[in-house]
Amino acid sequence: MHIPDGYLGPHTYIAFWIIMIPIWYHAGNKLTAELKSRQVPLLALAAAFSFVIMMFNVPIPGGSTGHAVGGGIISIVIGPWASLIAISVTLVLQALIFGDGGITAIATNCFNMGLVVSFVAYYTYKLISGNSVITSYTRIIAAAIAGWLSLTVASLCAGFELGIQPILEHTAEGVPLYMPYSLSVTVPAMVLEHALAFSILEAVITAIIFAYIQRTDTSVFYGEKSEVEMNKMKREVIA
Amino acid sequence: MDKLTRNLAIGLALLIIIAPIGLIAAGTAYGEWESDELKDKIGYVPPGFEELSELWHAPLKDYNIPNGPSFEDSKPVASAGYILSAVIGGLVGGGLLYLIGKKVAKD
Repeated sequence: MHIPDGYLGPHTYIAFWIIMIPIWYHAGNKLTAELKSRQVPLLALAAAFSFVIMMFNVPIPGGSTGHAVGGGIISIVIGPWASLIAISVTLVLQALIFGDGGITAIATNCFNMGLVVSFVAYYTYKLISGNSVITSYTRIIAAAIAGWLSLTVASLCAGFELGIQPILEHTAEGVPLYMPYSLSVTVPAMVLEHALAFSILEAVITAIIFAYIQRTDTSVFYGEKSEVEMNKMKREVIA
Repeated sequence: MDKLTRNLAIGLALLIIIAPIGLIAAGTAYGEWESDELKDKIGYVPPGFEELSELWHAPLKDYNIPNGPSFEDSKPVASAGYILSAVIGGLVGGGLLYLIGKKVAKD
């Protein structure tokens, strides 16, 4: 889903820079306001994890490949704003050092794999979890669905961004200047391969890591209280 | 470092070691074709694409050492380059966020 340079015309990639700059700024403020010292190693691990997990290319019939993003589990653990920052840092490194995703398309790729993935995952997880206890199986299912849906919605966005290029950017004779395929091709191509393959991988990864953390230390999940905080609250209630 | 963080870090290190599995998938992701692949598909290279796609030359392109062999040409060298890329990407990305995190975090 790393859109390279040359596939998006300036109307699209500039629009996404304009959208993403204030969002990154806000995410930075959120991180500064919320981040606790004990979360710092997890934030660092999140960026490294998303970088590495995206290197696991999976082949699908028809010759295409794809990968998970890791944003499902990352946003559930460190919250969607921190997840956006961690994945954005990864995507910038991938573009600058490894040529994966274009320089002009950094903001667009951060919108899809950073913003959309993180927020769809986090709120899907919260919605399905409801009031279930943090250690319940419901939460594992919620995490899996969150992972699947987050990457699938992101692929829909990428398919849409690619598919509007022939409409937005063409020569006077109608020859496409950038991505030549139209929406009717790009959207089904992107969404189907993700929904049926890569998003399933994302769901499995999200569920496995979620279940492991759930059994080890639930207090690291974003928004969950640690035992110390819980005891303090109990004492306050009794007092 | 607590036990959970340590175990997650160990898991990540194992993922890095087995990362070359990701090289086995030979195809190109949808919409990420190089200009020759695009030409094979549609018969021409879109003029805007031709200009923009040459904008940036990444030092470790395709997660490989500079001018390194493809996975088909040399599995060991390409795999080593891939693991090295994972280490660099993980350390730089993780390191950056660790420093930023330490700077802004509250207790």
